[in-house]
Amino acid sequence: MSLTRRDVENIAHLARLSLSDAELSVATASLTAILAFVDQLSALDATGLEPMAHPLPDQVQRLRPDVVTETDQHVKYQANASQLEAALYLVPKVIE
Amino acid sequence: MAEYVKSATTGRDWEVVIGLEIHAQLATRTKIFSGSPTAYGAPPNSQANLVDLGYPGVLPVLNAEAVRMAIRFGLATGSTVARRSVFARKNYFYPDLPKGYQISQYEKPVVEHGSIDVLLDDGVIKTIGITRAHLEEDAGKSMHEGLGAFSGIDLNRAGTPLLEIVSEPDMRSAKEAVAYLKKIHTLVRYLEICDGNMQEGSFRCDANVSVRPVGQEKLGTRAELKNINSFRFVEKAIHFEVARQIELLESGGKVVQETRLYDSARDETRSMRSKEEANDYRYFPDPDLLPLVISDAEVEAVRASLPELPDEKAARFCRDHGLSVYDAGVLTSSRELAAYYEAVVVAAGGEPKLCANWVMGEIAGLLNRDNLEITAARVDATALVGLLRRIIDNTVSNKLAKEVLLAMWDEGRSADAVIEAKGLKQITDSGALEAVIRQVIEANPEQVAGYRGGKDKLFGFFVGQAMKASGGKANPGQLNDLLKRLLAG
Repeated sequence: MSLTRRDVENIAHLARLSLSDAELSVATASLTAILAFVDQLSALDATGLEPMAHPLPDQVQRLRPDVVTETDQHVKYQANASQLEAALYLVPKVIE
Repeated sequence: MAEYVKSATTGRDWEVVIGLEIHAQLATRTKIFSGSPTAYGAPPNSQANLVDLGYPGVLPVLNAEAVRMAIRFGLATGSTVARRSVFARKNYFYPDLPKGYQISQYEKPVVEHGSIDVLLDDGVIKTIGITRAHLEEDAGKSMHEGLGAFSGIDLNRAGTPLLEIVSEPDMRSAKEAVAYLKKIHTLVRYLEICDGNMQEGSFRCDANVSVRPVGQEKLGTRAELKNINSFRFVEKAIHFEVARQIELLESGGKVVQETRLYDSARDETRSMRSKEEANDYRYFPDPDLLPLVISDAEVEAVRASLPELPDEKAARFCRDHGLSVYDAGVLTSSRELAAYYEAVVVAAGGEPKLCANWVMGEIAGLLNRDNLEITAARVDATALVGLLRRIIDNTVSNKLAKEVLLAMWDEGRSADAVIEAKGLKQITDSGALEAVIRQVIEANPEQVAGYRGGKDKLFGFFVGQAMKASGGKANPGQLNDLLKRLLAG
């Protein structure tokens, strides 16, 4: 499977990456090579195998009791925010 | 009966197809993946910790209670509760989503393949399929007012557990969609998994709406309506959208698959953005979370803890109390209302129909007038029974009892105190009633002659006059008997 330049442009847009023409060429070639490498797995017969959702086999999600453990630390957490107003993080206006 | 929409311009019949996606905020104390509190209305960002803020190096840990709540919903809708489900990342950029992805479930949701029965206005029961219900985290909130060129971000809501309930496209009218939405709303509150507060956004709904010419098999292209935050708006938004799509198609246009925002102030939907294809979200299993495994024992423990559900309760009211399906449906629309009604029946020691009529009629009317919930009713079950007893033992007529209830409600007095103070006791002394009737007969010789001459309809006139002369306090049955006898001469 090979990726077109158009595919890579689209992926870059979704990831909000700005790539130059030269970078696009490199990325297209690299990503295609990665896909080709992974594609070797297709040679295996996976019939009847359940797809893994996690690399750790037979381990399951541990659950947490529904108990409040966190206190209000927003002053600390907001110390590195670039702009604040009334404890709100400010970002360029986005309305959708 | 299928319900079609007739085009005003061409007279053509269109079939409407609706599916709903409901987001129910789960009523946990803490967030789905962190120990931050979830209380509504806290100061901005005071309930967002490092996990909720998406700091590097933190790990999500799943809330056991959120899982139990999802199981409760699954069992109550006859769904399959997946013994193994998987969390996935849904990737998109938005300022109120700090991580750049939302943790959700995609290929393997925790709940699948259920259904609920919905009672429609015409008394028909329709089964609506539930495709799936999955656990996910909510995003934060953006504020735009008074911040100039900026938006303000409050991440208190980020990480609040949601159950997204996706229906099959089984609804054929806005009314059916509202009936389904109300039923799910009732159910999540019975299950105590969501407070159902639509104003605070704890119960939200998106509607997928499409139309197709009657007879066409293939579904039309759908639009997704967002921002519908009341039952009334669901109906209005769908009506607007159906009319828009029909007009568009009949004038040779095409419906575009897109997300549309419902604007309640203008009562219209408008395009928000082209709906990105599902794979644009680049879902993949979240490597920070292991598969969620639920044992049979856990499912059975949850099953054993389920309350009596609305349908079961309604069936019991029909069977044991002899109520109609409609009345039972109304009385079980909330757990609190059903509890009030049952308390009235128990205190009254029977007479379920009388109790039901008063709860659904007068009590509901006063709640509505004062904009109160049943739990804040100014006349409690015991006090109401005090009044019903006086109707049963003929102390007051049904009509005067309504006046008594009003005084009880507004003045907080007992039925007996109001009846006594206002002198509303029915005249049960037949001598006194007879005197009243004789006066009426004497005052209306013409009508008496007419009646005796065969004009039976005049009987009603005498009942009215005598009742009026008694100040409404005559017992109707007794009044009828006496009138008949005295008019016969």
